[in-house]
Amino acid sequence: MKKIYLDYAATTPVDKRVAKEMQPYSSERFGNTMSLHSFGQEAKLALENSRQTFADMINAKLNEIVFTSSATESNNLALKGVALANKSKGNHIIISSIEHSCIIESAKWLKKQGFEITKLPVDKYGLVNSEDVRNTITNKTILVSVMHASNEIGTIEPIAKIGKICKEKGVHFHTDASQSFGKIAIDVEKMNIDLLTASSHKIYGPKGAGLLYIRNGVEIEPILHGGGQENGLRGSTVNVPAIVGFAKAAEICKREMAQESERLSKLRDKLIKNVLKIKNSHLNGHPKNRLANNASFWFKFVEGESLIMRLDLDGIACSTGSACSSFSLEPSEVLLATGLKPQEAHGSLRVSLGRLTTEKEIDKLVKVLPSIVKKIREISPFR
Amino acid sequence: MKTFKNPHNYGKIKNASGIGKVGNIVCGDVMWLYIKVAKNKKAEEIIKDIRFETFGCVAAISTSSIITDLVKGKTIKEALRTTKDNVIESLGGLPKIKYHCSVLAVDALVEAIYDYFTKSKKEIPADLRKKHGVIQKSKKIIEKRYEKWTK
Repeated sequence: MKKIYLDYAATTPVDKRVAKEMQPYSSERFGNTMSLHSFGQEAKLALENSRQTFADMINAKLNEIVFTSSATESNNLALKGVALANKSKGNHIIISSIEHSCIIESAKWLKKQGFEITKLPVDKYGLVNSEDVRNTITNKTILVSVMHASNEIGTIEPIAKIGKICKEKGVHFHTDASQSFGKIAIDVEKMNIDLLTASSHKIYGPKGAGLLYIRNGVEIEPILHGGGQENGLRGSTVNVPAIVGFAKAAEICKREMAQESERLSKLRDKLIKNVLKIKNSHLNGHPKNRLANNASFWFKFVEGESLIMRLDLDGIACSTGSACSSFSLEPSEVLLATGLKPQEAHGSLRVSLGRLTTEKEIDKLVKVLPSIVKKIREISPFR
Repeated sequence: MKTFKNPHNYGKIKNASGIGKVGNIVCGDVMWLYIKVAKNKKAEEIIKDIRFETFGCVAAISTSSIITDLVKGKTIKEALRTTKDNVIESLGGLPKIKYHCSVLAVDALVEAIYDYFTKSKKEIPADLRKKHGVIQKSKKIIEKRYEKWTK
């Protein structure tokens, strides 16, 4: 039975073109970018060419791109680095209530260090109200962080509006663009973004590479102290093969963005239309302002882990925001923030499409899902 | 996983001798266990039939299914000796984070048997009464914790 992968929001396979591009940097061109000899310098050249790719893609300057190992690391650096460097100016940080756990946990840690954290609520679609940002900023606010698009429910946030407000108020604005980078066009100037996180393994690049865009003038404390790499902002021998891969992946995304977005939107909409025919099923997130590849649902009287395990037995891989399937046994904070009750958040299913997704695969999911939901409801005491 | 793929004995029993309802939908695990008690050839009371209905994860469905296999045909006394370790062993092991599902299955059985004794107006053995007390207490604690969601 051929397996179907529909969890691209979790991670993606490395594109063949990317793997090919990376290969020499593990074998012949393996030098350390800090070495002065030719081995080092050719690696350094590849690193700087990769940097240029990203700078061009988001309209940033070359020295504003810092490479990290992951989006989690970038988000940690953004929050902790800006907080610690600016604590003499203020101690208030604003985030949304639907951020990824690396932002939430970093904020929790900062709270323990004495910073004030405000979590902005979202509406039933998971949207942050930009006016809430305006009304929450005080003269002690040093950072606002709102994700560009939700990994769980696909909602795209009004970050250009939020960026404008932050600029007016003189507060740094960070956005976690892990799910949107490579899928939606981003211009840090037009959108007034001061810091931005992107992740390689979400866009068919290798795991182990990420970036943080830091606007010139933003003061930031490094987390990794060491050999002075990345302009002193991130000590560590640079992972050139992974970054070369990341850059190639980004280049491919840029080229294919419009086409891919249209293709995936069509498949996503077909999926949504058919799944919502199932009794007591609901769409999570905004019906229009959503990622082209994300379709998140909840089903009444069904528990999410059972649902994805049954799908997995049928060869289809998706994910859920249910308690049983997370390590904490708590239901997804994101779903709860949109107003779902815990018992509703338990019955969630996230389907995320990708480059290799075909219409046939969507058709198969649409075919087997109703009977799986029915079977689980048959075993349930609630009908 | 084998048990989850083909759960046994799910559904209701009409005119059940006893019903045990445990869990909380807010937590994400709810089990209802139905038993039919009858006398065997030795005039002992046995669990003649047992069915379950579960809203929950793979482990919850598996533990409720396997407990029906474990106690069907047994005497009430024997059934009450079933522990969560018996359940875990029969399933071939459970991840630690899912141990509470095996506890839930045993609790559902205890509640079903308690319900049977109550309905048939029989004298409730002391240890059964104690077990029931513990289950009810923890139920109340969970209900209180999730009060705001059930309003």
